[in-house]
Amino acid sequence: MIERTASELLAAFHRGDTTAEAITQVHLQAIRERDPSLRAFLLVDEASALEQARAVDAKKQRGEPLGTLAGLPVALKDIVCTKGQRTTCGSKILKNFVPPYDAHVVTKLRQADAVLIGKTNMDEFAMGSSTENSAYQITRNPWDRERIPGGSSGGSAAAVAASMAPLALGSDTGGSIRQPASLCGVVGIKPSYGRVSRFGLVAYGSSLDQVGPFARTTRDAAILLSAIAGHDRRDSTCVDQPVPDYLSTLDAPVRPLTIGVPREFFGEGLDAEVEKSVREALKVYESLGATIKEVSLPHSPYSVATYYLVATAEASSNLARYDGVHYGHRAKSFNGLVDLYKKSRGEGFGREVKRRIMLGTYALSSGYIDAYYLKALKVRRLIKNDFDAAFAHCDVVMGPTAPTPAFKIGEKANDPLAMYLSDIYTISANLAGIPGVSVPCGFTRSGLPIGLQILAAPFAEEKLLRVARMHEAATDWHTRRPAAG
Amino acid sequence: MSLSLDQVQWIADLARLEIAPDEQVQLAADLSAIVDYIGQLQQLDTAGVEPLAHALDLHDVFRDDEPGVSLTVEEALANAPAKNAAYYRVPAVMD
Repeated sequence: MIERTASELLAAFHRGDTTAEAITQVHLQAIRERDPSLRAFLLVDEASALEQARAVDAKKQRGEPLGTLAGLPVALKDIVCTKGQRTTCGSKILKNFVPPYDAHVVTKLRQADAVLIGKTNMDEFAMGSSTENSAYQITRNPWDRERIPGGSSGGSAAAVAASMAPLALGSDTGGSIRQPASLCGVVGIKPSYGRVSRFGLVAYGSSLDQVGPFARTTRDAAILLSAIAGHDRRDSTCVDQPVPDYLSTLDAPVRPLTIGVPREFFGEGLDAEVEKSVREALKVYESLGATIKEVSLPHSPYSVATYYLVATAEASSNLARYDGVHYGHRAKSFNGLVDLYKKSRGEGFGREVKRRIMLGTYALSSGYIDAYYLKALKVRRLIKNDFDAAFAHCDVVMGPTAPTPAFKIGEKANDPLAMYLSDIYTISANLAGIPGVSVPCGFTRSGLPIGLQILAAPFAEEKLLRVARMHEAATDWHTRRPAAG
Repeated sequence: MSLSLDQVQWIADLARLEIAPDEQVQLAADLSAIVDYIGQLQQLDTAGVEPLAHALDLHDVFRDDEPGVSLTVEEALANAPAKNAAYYRVPAVMD
């Protein structure tokens, strides 16, 4: 049962071949067996999961209408607030934080009768590309336990790749869903900015953050995206636009299909095996009748620099709330209020978080704000303009999701810049607010997953999913599973 | 190095972060390397380009000023490290 897709599990549940409780038991068992060596989960509440599952079975027994995710276990990145259940954001500063409310996406999942099975590991406050910045534990890539799963949503990606949950939610600010999806061989979607409510998503970069799904197939990802997308009055940056029925059109190929391939995505630093697999994926699209066009996103080489000004500036503001007063870690000894702040924050935050807060503070400081933050906002406009120009004559833009397959634990941990460059292809989509998906498109000779990234215009998730499905229907990369090890 | 130890200390003060002495040198080096990398943005001519702070062209997303259900005082204070019945407790701010 573990290897089945969410869609198959849903069908079996509705047919009466299995129960929500049985589905949850089987996944809890998988977590017990596999997570000790993977450490994808920070918290698993077995009793709560079984209680939720039994409640869904009881609803079905009573003949009540059931939600779209009925009986499906969903893992949640620990950056999403769950009422009454510890939420740490992978940080020691929130070690004992218990949210007093559910995030909007959590409310939507509960309404959909999903079974919330646990909270997953992540880079602290979503700052990282390997999940090594978690203050708690290192998550291992299910395809090679000496390697990272990617980040910052590494726990969620690993949980789905190792079939400990059929579905998971992550968050993506610079690639934190797509890059781990690529490195773990699963499907990961970053929705358009404003498509999914950020209420209850602990903020890192408020103009960049989005919650999105992890799954093993495009259909499964579409089911989860449909469940969480849509307007929420509590997030003023969430758009009030109807959500299309992604499932009803998913299997309809896009014809004619013009694919833009940016030359900047195939330059220096791209691993040869990754390039080979991605080019083979493009050939698959050509065989399906698509036209491939070389395009240019001339400002994309500046996207990492731009991001590390915009995101860190926003983070320096967002993380100012962790002050030892309202919640979270408070220093034991201090000399006055300001010292309380400095010590609580100094003790509670990890290295990368402090680096980014300081970078952002510097970028916004008097005397530097014009040269750094405001300059970055102008380059951000140019990056967005590049995409607008590409989408004027292309349906989608494609390239590798990540420049390399999963790297070894510790390999980039001491070189922040090298780590930042893992997001080189994903970051510009957050700056421009456009949707993107990573789908499995191959493996290296040593068996490491490779991802194809597909990007589309704002609110074009329907087209994005249909295009992704075309490749999936013509290949079987998505059916491979890591050894249970 | 682009950032001196003094500058790093000044930024840390602004950010209300206490940095341990043995962390300061590495932090200065890391931040300098990143600031140098970011310096490449100066190569771009952005004269006349409007800054883009936000992907969506949203303005004044307000709701009616009507009271609604919110957290109780107890819920709001539940995670506070130091509190009394109604307030967060902090060291005296004024002499």
